[in-house]
Amino acid sequence: MRSSLLRAEYRRTWWTEKIVKGVLFGMALISVLTTVGIVFVLLRETISFFLQVSPAQFFLDTRWTPLFASKRFGIWPLVNGTFLVTLVALVVALPLGLLAAIFMSEYAGTTLRRWLKPVLEILAGIPTVVYGYFALTFITPLLQRIFPQTQVFNALSAGLAMGFMILPLVASLSEDAFSAVPYSLREAAYSLGATRLEVATQVVLPAAFSGVTAAFILAFSRAVGETMIVAIAAGQQPKLTLNVLESIETMTAYIVQVSLGDTPHQSIAYLTIFAVGMMLFLITLTLNIISHFVAQKVREVYQ
Amino acid sequence: MNRVPVLRNPTEDDLKRRHRKGMIFAALAFGAILLAILVLVTLLIDVFLDGLPWLRPELFTQFPSRFPEKAGLRSALQGTFWLMILTAVMAIPMGVGAAIYLEEYATKGRLTRWIEINVANLAGVPSIIYGLLGLGLFVRGLGLGRSLLAGAMTMSLLVLPIVIVSSREALRAVPRSLREAAIALGATPWQVIRDHTVRYAMPGILTGVILALSRAIGETAPLITIGALTYIAFDLRSPFDLFTVMPIQIFNWVSLPKKEFQALAAAGIIVLLVMTLLMNALAIFLRNRLQQRW
Repeated sequence: MRSSLLRAEYRRTWWTEKIVKGVLFGMALISVLTTVGIVFVLLRETISFFLQVSPAQFFLDTRWTPLFASKRFGIWPLVNGTFLVTLVALVVALPLGLLAAIFMSEYAGTTLRRWLKPVLEILAGIPTVVYGYFALTFITPLLQRIFPQTQVFNALSAGLAMGFMILPLVASLSEDAFSAVPYSLREAAYSLGATRLEVATQVVLPAAFSGVTAAFILAFSRAVGETMIVAIAAGQQPKLTLNVLESIETMTAYIVQVSLGDTPHQSIAYLTIFAVGMMLFLITLTLNIISHFVAQKVREVYQ
Repeated sequence: MNRVPVLRNPTEDDLKRRHRKGMIFAALAFGAILLAILVLVTLLIDVFLDGLPWLRPELFTQFPSRFPEKAGLRSALQGTFWLMILTAVMAIPMGVGAAIYLEEYATKGRLTRWIEINVANLAGVPSIIYGLLGLGLFVRGLGLGRSLLAGAMTMSLLVLPIVIVSSREALRAVPRSLREAAIALGATPWQVIRDHTVRYAMPGILTGVILALSRAIGETAPLITIGALTYIAFDLRSPFDLFTVMPIQIFNWVSLPKKEFQALAAAGIIVLLVMTLLMNALAIFLRNRLQQRW
């Protein structure tokens, strides 16, 4: 009697273990399904798009006017806008972020660092609409005072705000790369009589090179995918230009523009946002993969 | 990487010059941080100066309106509140469950490695792409429409990688000896996890969850993409209702030409920033307070 009860209890536990493990595995699979879902949704609508618009037009035309009466579907103006803003953002974020990281890892003492890190974390935690507001209501008027020909919506203002938004990312990832450099390397250089600057730029920076590069590429990817700042401050005029004071449109801002209107399901405008989204997904995915492999290199060296 | 710094004979002049160069660089590097702080302070002051006059009780009790003096955040606050609740309800079990599987059950195999790469990759996908996923899958595919539920499902998938990564870190920090002690007393794997590992890892998991939600509270793009509306003049009653959230309402006000709406947007930003910062502060507090030392 006793032993059969025990056996029942035992069997119940055994089943619980099996079921729990299965359920947890299912939860782990959700992340895989998310990726599958993204690829599936983007692919399905992109294929419908290309059934109506030839890939040749998409990649060769130089005009993007899917919402006008005379529709043109050349992706390059949007890509141009995206990379223009990204370039401005990186010009701000990369040098400043790298300098900040060097300062925190090679110069600042523990107390100072304990104060500086949270500030950068706050900067990173501010919602992007806030940066958009700041770009439109503060940076743009400032720019207009310096360059009178600045348009109300322009790439420069959005790019600058975006630069300060991704600065903390560059700083914290680069700092991680610096702190992965073993102390013995620095000590060896110091013992040879190198100054702090020489240690930082000629020993630590080269040793952390792949980590810093990975951080830069990740920042690039983040800038390309950033949406709200450009939707608020960069405008809605897709064009091929290198003038940062003009109004442009990025891929992300275009998706927002269409989403705000009431586009009927399966209309060509509805399909364009998936084609543009696919382009965006492929660009960021490529950058993320490159960043991943570059970062992997540093780990192999110092293990 | 193999380059050894070439150091010339350190005559006194030379050394002085090198140190001077060092000082200039240090000042430059510190300047970079100061500039970042300066921008942060300018941003906060700008927002507060613009928004403070509009930070009045009506802001919290009124629905959006065409007239700035009557417009408020009532529907946006409700939307944000319920969106956060629903997102937490979905993302926490999924994220923590996945983390437990990967950390405690999974054997080092190809499948595990695939899942790991996948989680890392998902963390780098632009948020607006999640919006397209939500639009194609939840809004159209499942026929949920532009409802709160569709928004929350999209948002849970967006924050899932954050929850998984931070929960894994928290679980990994629990020493093996604790698990082994429980196993030695005859506990089954799940009993070890449920009664010991997860409890010890709780502060870390909680911190990650709060950080994930503080990210979600400011996310705008994916919700705009699934078509969250801006003009909602009724109280939320069910997860199938249309909805709006704080950052979308702010975005809407920013894009209106009237000057008063810009100020109203600034007032909304103050509320949003306070909420975000409170959540971050709570996470940091939890991290420092509840952190166990082994």
